[in-house]
Formats: sequence, structure tokens, C-alpha cells
Amino acid sequence: MKTLMRHLLGALLGIGAFGLLVAGAAQAKVEGDTITLGSAISLTGKYSTNGVHAKNGYEIAVKRINETGGVKVGGKSYKLKVVYYDDESTPARGAQLAERLIKQDGVKFMLGPYSSGLTKAVAPVTDKYKIPMVEAEGASRSLFTQGYKYLFAVLSTSEQYLASSIALAAEIAKKNGKKPSDVKVAMAFENDPFSLDVRAGVIDDINKYGMKIVVDDKLPRDLSDMSATLTKVRALKPDLLVVSGHSKGAATAARQIKEMKIDVPMIALTHCESAKVVDKFGPSVNGFLCPTQWAETLSYSDDFFGSAADYDKLFKATYPGYKNVPYQSAQASAAVMVWKDAFERANSFDTEKLRDTLADTNMKTFYGGIKFSEAGNNTAKPMVLRQIQDGKFNVVAPSEWASHSVDWPRKAQ
Amino acid sequence: MLDNLLLLVQAPVLNIQLLLDGLLIGAIFAMAAYGLALVWGVMNVKNLAQGDFVIMGGYVAYVFTKMDLHPIYALPVAFVVMFAFGWLVYVTIIRRVIDKELFTSLLATFGLAILLQQAMNLIFGSDVQTAESGFDTRFLFGGMVSIAEIKFVALVLAVSLSACVVIFMKRSRMGQAIRATAQDARAARVLGINTDRVYAFTFSLNCAICGAAGVLIAMIWVIQPYFGVVYSIRSFVIVTIAGLGNLFAVIVTALGLGAAEQFSAFIFGAEFQVASVVCLLIGVLIWRQIQQARKRQVVE
Repeated sequence: MKTLMRHLLGALLGIGAFGLLVAGAAQAKVEGDTITLGSAISLTGKYSTNGVHAKNGYEIAVKRINETGGVKVGGKSYKLKVVYYDDESTPARGAQLAERLIKQDGVKFMLGPYSSGLTKAVAPVTDKYKIPMVEAEGASRSLFTQGYKYLFAVLSTSEQYLASSIALAAEIAKKNGKKPSDVKVAMAFENDPFSLDVRAGVIDDINKYGMKIVVDDKLPRDLSDMSATLTKVRALKPDLLVVSGHSKGAATAARQIKEMKIDVPMIALTHCESAKVVDKFGPSVNGFLCPTQWAETLSYSDDFFGSAADYDKLFKATYPGYKNVPYQSAQASAAVMVWKDAFERANSFDTEKLRDTLADTNMKTFYGGIKFSEAGNNTAKPMVLRQIQDGKFNVVAPSEWASHSVDWPRKAQ
Repeated sequence: MLDNLLLLVQAPVLNIQLLLDGLLIGAIFAMAAYGLALVWGVMNVKNLAQGDFVIMGGYVAYVFTKMDLHPIYALPVAFVVMFAFGWLVYVTIIRRVIDKELFTSLLATFGLAILLQQAMNLIFGSDVQTAESGFDTRFLFGGMVSIAEIKFVALVLAVSLSACVVIFMKRSRMGQAIRATAQDARAARVLGINTDRVYAFTFSLNCAICGAAGVLIAMIWVIQPYFGVVYSIRSFVIVTIAGLGNLFAVIVTALGLGAAEQFSAFIFGAEFQVASVVCLLIGVLIWRQIQQARKRQVVE
């Protein structure tokens, strides 16, 4: 009896598995008039805030594309749809869910997760199954040194984040009749892959100008105190202070720079926006230089969303909860646009053909130019540097996109 | 590293800055550590959720700023709220693991820590938060040394709270009962002390102290649902070095560690700030081992 039960159970499981396979094949990712994209994204856990920003970015682009005629392939118009899973902000779960999307759900076109860490976990999976992925939220330089063939990123890589602040410091030194090599730089970077990438980019540029590094501290991940570093800064009087350590680093730096009244003429740090330093610390953060992937004041545009400002308006109308549109959302929308563009140029749903088409992408969007290097990162869009001036973020560098001139030395109260 | 040392020699005034910063933050570590020592000594429960209680207190201060109240008023509120919360945790969880083996209580409090982190994440989101005190900064020695007034206020509050706790433990009925239970729970029961109530009170008191520490931390540093572990680790290090049941030793150790952290961060770089604390712990443990080995020899 027992053996009979076991056989029965085995048979049932077999049928079930076969059924899944058949179903999987049947739904293979262009069904009727719908193209299904897939993404594992952080809807809970420590990246949930930004994960939701990214998801909203994907959704608004999908909605816009579907409303304006969809994606045209082979003379037929298709609608887009995205399947999401919550990766709980953990890389292991992200990799599992990518497998599930590809193997069980039969997704053939992927959108990225949020953060470099999660992208690092998902990229090997998509590459293994030769499924192209357009990602918008993983900036770490190390993603593009692994030889992934099916990975494309619309955003600028992390080593560019603060490099422009070094160029700006050199420019200002020249204007003041000093040599760029006289500039003294103090650095404080968190000891994690992303921030160390940012640091690598800064050091490259420091060496290029022959500047002098006077402080080079690495902040541990679980540290919310940098007063010892700032004591050094006060003693050594650098011309430029650069800090990067996600939102926590920005909040800690802003708080303690205010508290210790650190008087450095130029201060550049990442994640000013997500740490909400203006709301929290008021006029004391005036003059901070903050890099951003995108700003609604830039003069980028396309015939789809219109200008960057139009996108900003549409986004706020669609998601009334937002006071500012995070760049995480803008770049997510850009990733969906890249897919639409690739489908239409390839005129096919063959993943190999799509991969090659993606590699040839060269488009202008509201988010900036998009053109992929051999490694898959976007080389057509620069990082821009914004300065907090009277509580507002104004683009000050590179000069091509600048709307305001830089305040130097910084005027903090 | 040598440059930094040289800097300290050339500008001795920097030593004062580091020492002050270290002592001021050490006072706050002392609070969380004392709570841990209390629970550890009286109930033999090693509470891994210690840091998360601290962060919970921090969020009380954050809620106050959201309601446009000064976060300093959150101190008594956090004390009371966390006391009640501690009682709840004791009744639902701790009471069930108190006489079980060490591993059970570790697992239970570890589980509690995860639960609290996720709950705070759901309620407050994963963004980094602060509670601005709006206090100014004072400068000494021609602007070379700065003291944030809030740190000074925190020191005064931490010291007075500790003093209250000491007096309470020495003078009050409950304090005496707690100390009696810590010495010998069975004998205390025989003499008519309701040890279950003593345990509940001890655990709640610990939560309350942590909550108060959290309010100060939210005003000095930044908080986030997942930052509790740092304070748990520091509390364990301090208690391990200072030993149980000696408030004075806990305070001195905490102040010393605070200062040691600042100096090592200055000299070796911020990446070694926490590492140096752990190295110190290892050093103390080795030293103690040697000492005890000598004692054992004498006994033999």
C-alpha cells in the first residue's frame, strides 16, 4: 500500500512538473499582444525605499509606452508588462528569484534589481541563461569588469560620482592663481564596494592633477561617528573634503560638519538627496556639492517623455506622494525605454538578436544619452554635480549643463 | 599613521578634543552597558536585543521631532514607554527562557532583535533619521576644540540617570530585592522575595535605560532600524571587560573605551575605530586568563 502511494505520488509530481514545463513554455514571454519583462526588486528590507522608487520608474514607463501605441514588432503592436518579485534586499534571494523568473516563469527579457550588491547577485544568473538584462540601479564599476555579455546599464558607473569635484577644485585653484597640484584633499569613504569604487575614481583624478591627499579614512559600515576624522580635517585645513558612505554617511557627515563647524571651502558628498540633508540640517549644508545621475533641470529630452522637466511633472502627477523625483526612478524609466527601442530595432523576440541590438543602442532620452560600451556600461551620459544653494539643488558642473555658477568658498550658516 | 601621531604631538590641543569627544560618548555607552550588566548579573540572560532597545528609544525622540516637540522631552517618555515594553517582553518571552540553558536565551533574544529591526523598518522605513536638538557648539582654545552642547547635555543626563539608578539599587526595597536575587535567587525566594517580579522589574529597568540612551543617541548621531547591533557589541565588550554588578567599573570602562575609540580612529584611521575596541577586549581576556591561571596555581 505504502509503495503504491509512493508510486502514485511520484506520478503526480511528474505530471505536475511536466505541466509546469508546458505552461512555462506556453507563456514564453510574448503572449498574445503582451511582452513580459521580469525583475526581482527590493520591496521590503533595507533597500525598500529605493526599491520602490525604481519600481515606480519601471511602471510609469510601461504605462506611458502602453498608452502611446505600445511596442511595434513585425508590424504588430505589443503591450509591455513587468513581473516583479520581492528580493527582500538580500542578494541570495535576488539570485533565486532571477532563476525563478527565467526557468519557471519563462521570462526572456530582464530589468535589473536595486543596488550594486543585488545586481552583482543577479547578473551571473541572467548571463548563464543568456537572458539580456537592462539594469538601472547597479553602478559599481566591478559589475563591468566580469565580462558579462548580457548586462547593460543605463546609469553612470560609481567611479564617476565624485571625480568631477576634483576637476572643479582644480578649475577653482587655477582661477585663484594657484596650481592644481597645491590643492589638499581630505577623503572619508565607507569601506564597502560602492564607496571604494567612488574613492578609486577620485584617486585617479587626484593623481592626474598631482594633488595632495592629507586625510584618507575608511569608515566602517557600522559606524555613525566620524568626529575623529573631522578633527583631523580641522587640524590639516584641506581645500576639499570628499565623503561617500550612502545615506548614513551623508547624514553623519552633515550632522558632524555642522556640529564641529568644519570650515572647508569645498565639501563634496554622495547621497545628499536620499539622506534629506536639507530638511534635516537646514542652512548648515549650503554649499555642499552633491553628484547626481540625473536632475529634472537638465536640458535632456526625447519625443516620448519630452524633456526632463516634463518627466518630472508627469511622475509627480502619477505618484502624488513625491515632492522630488528621485533619479532612481528616472533611470528605471530609461531602462524600459531602452527595451522598447531594442525590440523595435531588432524587430524580433530572439534573445541573441536582441542582445546584439542592445549593444548597438545609441539614443537620446530625457535621462541623457545612452550608448553602451563593450562592457555594458553607459558612456554617453556624464554625472552632474549639484550644489546646495539656499536649500536648493542647482547644477554647477560640468559647465556644459550648469545652470548656476558655483559658490566658492561655501557659504554655510 | 606616523603623520597622525606627529600631529598629536605638534598640536597637543587635539588630544583634548579627542578625549572630550571620547568621554562624552563613552557616558552614553555606559548606560546601555549597565543595563546589560544588570540583566546578565541578575537573571543570567545575555540580551542580544540590547542595541535594538536603544534604537527604539531613538525613534521615540524622532517621533517627538516629527510632532514639533523638542527631542529632549522624549527622554522621560522613552523611559516610561520602554519600561512598559520591557515588561511586555519579559512576560511574553524572557520568563520562558530564564531558567533554560544559555543557548536558548541567546536564540530568543537574537530572534527578538530581528523582529524589532523588521518592525521598525516597516513602521519608520529604512531611511536614516536624526532628532535635531538645535543646540549650538562651543569653542575652546581659540577654535581648535569644539564641544557640541548637546553632547554635554547628554553627559549630564547620562550621569544623573546613572546616579539615580545607583541610589535606587542601594536604598529602595526593590533595589535591595534585585541585589539579593542576583546573589542567590533561591535564598531570596526562601526569604519571601517574589523573584519573578524582580526579574520583570530588572528587565524593564534595562529597557528603560536603553530607551533613554537611545534618545541621546538620536540627538547626537543618526539612527536607522538596523543600527542596533553596534550598541549591542559595545555593551558586551564593556561588560566583559568591567565584569558584572559593578556600576563604577562599567562607567570607567565605557569612558575609557570611548576615548580609546577616538584616539585609535585618529591615529590609525576611522577603519580601525571599532576594530581597536575588539582588540582591546581580546587583550583583556588574555590578561585575565593569565591572572586566573596564576590564581588556580595558588589554590592547588
